[in-house]
Amino acid sequence: MYNFDFVKPLNVADALVALASEEAQALGGGQTLIPTMKQRLASPEKLVSLSGISEMQGVDISGNIVTIGGATTHANVALAGAFEGLTGLAGGIGDPAVRNRGTIGGSLANNDPAACYPAAALATGATIVTNDREIDADDYFQGMFTTALEDVEIITAVRMPIPQVSNYQKFEQPASRFALVGVFVAKYADGVRVAVTGASENGVFRWSEAEGVLSTNFSADAILGMSVDSSEMISDLHGTKEYRANLVRVLTGRAVSSAS
Amino acid sequence: MLNITMKINGKAVSGTVEGRTLLVEFLRNDLHLTGTHVGCDTSQCGACTIHVNGIAVKSCSMFAVEADGASIDTIEGQENTDGSLNKIQQAFQDHHGLQCGFCTPGMVMAAADLLQNTPTPTEAEIRNHLDGNICRCTGYHNIVKAIMAASGQDVSAIAAE
Ligand SMILES: Cc1cc2nc3c(=O)[nH]c(=O)nc-3n(C[C@H](O)[C@H](O)[C@H](O)COP(=O)(O)OP(=O)(O)OC[C@H]3O[C@@H](n4cnc5c(N)ncnc54)[C@H](O)[C@@H]3O)c2cc1C
Ligand code: FES
Ligand code: FES
Repeated sequence: MYNFDFVKPLNVADALVALASEEAQALGGGQTLIPTMKQRLASPEKLVSLSGISEMQGVDISGNIVTIGGATTHANVALAGAFEGLTGLAGGIGDPAVRNRGTIGGSLANNDPAACYPAAALATGATIVTNDREIDADDYFQGMFTTALEDVEIITAVRMPIPQVSNYQKFEQPASRFALVGVFVAKYADGVRVAVTGASENGVFRWSEAEGVLSTNFSADAILGMSVDSSEMISDLHGTKEYRANLVRVLTGRAVSSAS
Repeated sequence: MLNITMKINGKAVSGTVEGRTLLVEFLRNDLHLTGTHVGCDTSQCGACTIHVNGIAVKSCSMFAVEADGASIDTIEGQENTDGSLNKIQQAFQDHHGLQCGFCTPGMVMAAADLLQNTPTPTEAEIRNHLDGNICRCTGYHNIVKAIMAASGQDVSAIAAE
């Protein structure tokens, strides 16, 4: 790993100043960035740690909205128990030590095609709050490892409307512990949202046909007979396109029957 | 170079590190606390598991400078004050929870992390908590059994393997 300068600001304003210099990068929990730097796939000249910024920590539940600070660890999101799908998702990321360091902001900024949080954000119609704007989840995810974030922009919080019932089903790739395919189902008074991670070459996406069917009939049987177009699915040594497309259908069914 | 100070196994320690110095490198190379092992260096194996401010962390995946001001516990601080093995370590010995011993420091630290929040875990809870700790020797059976025993549960009905 190449060396770098390190700063640990105590508020967002100072972090933005530090990030404004050439080749500076934010450091969340480091659970993605440190391995990437070890492989020299990233070589920032300055790392700006976000872990000392107290305004970016914690989970707040008020009314029907949960607001999660951008530097909140997966373990703390799981502990907060805001709603079933989110708690299960956060508590199932990687392993306990990864969950004690990795953060929601880091996960959403990275937008790994096999990451779990993008599914929660998209299925709940979350708002990604940054230092200078609020981005709708529907506009935020722009394909594998690509998001609406600008170069110097920090995710300070994520706001999710709490669903009536929800569930996240992760078919784990046992070596990496990421999702081979993951499906998040969230039911609201005005309809159902279904978001799929791990499956598509275009990153996380909403399965809108299933959303339509489930919004009128919220039962696993309702989607059993549906099929998913496999043409833009990921194909690798862990699973073919067709295998992943079928998993989307099966996991959606399981998420619906387990939703609480 | 950056100056850092932390508490390790109850003792105040200070040192000078580069930004890129990993916490495990600081422990092993600078402080010669070589009980914490490096099995993979890619966050997969858990041999480097320690506690930072009371929670389990893979020390190969955290910069030393991020632990500035923190309170750290490593395998070297696990023994009882009289130098005997603590109950988790003793249970690993009694139930053959190790063979080569390479993964053991991380296993013991992961087990301690589990038991502080879940004093009487089920087998499933133990296995789930050890998700990030890989052992190439034991097949996990006796590790799980040792942790059950360390938590005060009766393991006499569990066959030795
Ligand atoms: C063994 C292992 C298993 C894993 N399993 C899973 C899994 O099952 N599911 C899953 O979803 N993930 C998994 N992960 C990834 C993990 O969740 C990471 O924590 C996460 O992807 C990145 O978060 P971080 O806080 O560690 O970010 P970092 O690694 O610190 O940063 C990642 C990127 O985000 C940027 N960044 C960080 N924070 C912010 C912010 N607040 N605003 C803007 N940009 C920011 C950084 O500059 C960097 O580009 C796993 C990781 C490991 C090591
Ligand atoms: S050496 Fe840290 S996880 Fe393997
Ligand atoms: S005892 Fe050898 S790796 Fe676990």
